[in-house]
Amino acid sequence: MASVRHLTLDVLKPHQPNALEFAQALAGLGPGYEVRVRVTEVDEHTETLLVTIDGEALDFERINEAIEANGGSLHSIDEVVVHSE
Amino acid sequence: MPPAPLKLLLKVSGSGAIMRRYFVVNGFDGALTLLGLLMGFHISDSPDLQVVITSCLATTLALGVSGVSSAYISEAAERRSSLAELERAMVSDLKESHHARAAFWIPWLVALTNGSAPFLIGLVIIVPLWLARGGVPMPADPLLLAMGTALVVIFSLGVFLGRIGGIFWFWSGLQALAVALATLGLIRLLG
Repeated sequence: MASVRHLTLDVLKPHQPNALEFAQALAGLGPGYEVRVRVTEVDEHTETLLVTIDGEALDFERINEAIEANGGSLHSIDEVVVHSE
Repeated sequence: MPPAPLKLLLKVSGSGAIMRRYFVVNGFDGALTLLGLLMGFHISDSPDLQVVITSCLATTLALGVSGVSSAYISEAAERRSSLAELERAMVSDLKESHHARAAFWIPWLVALTNGSAPFLIGLVIIVPLWLARGGVPMPADPLLLAMGTALVVIFSLGVFLGRIGGIFWFWSGLQALAVALATLGLIRLLG
């Protein structure tokens, strides 16, 4: 069994919810989730984020669902750290 | 995905200020309409109290239904348009997002706010008429008391707007009151 310890995601999302609320929504998905969000580009209706999430066992499906629920779209998974147990 | 809390839907749709504006604008419409109706009865010859109550109630109900339907139709169209524009910008389907839920629910909330404002305010204004009809001794003509209540409500809406806009509350209340008194004056001239 392998657990995901780190993800770096390229995400496009609308301006609302803002980056702080977006990060809080992701951090609330599990205990110990540490989320960093960096806004890399801002357009009229959207913004591009570089999202890094660290944790003992990240649930990628739930993270992706939360991104979509907040209006976001996952463009790419840029970095992954997986730990074998 | 659990249902999104109302606060979140208001946030993603930016609807908090819109609902507040709808409440005040249509509440003001309702109060002024009833004030005009009451003034019309006041300058008529000895109106029957039951006729006044029924007329005011019918007007209040009509304003409420009008508020709900007009706001829903316009807001639903606006929200659909905004969602479609956002989907084009995102180049993706947002149907599973809070934005899509907001596009569905917010028009209903705005419509209920828009309709309930004149309805509830109207009910408050005709309380003196109901009390008089129920046999409660009144210190003055119930029509005048109802008109006084309407003026107080209108002043309060002005105060509320003043506090939102950050201007002196008493001044904004007086502005709203001046509009109401000017309306009464016009009706008096016509009558």
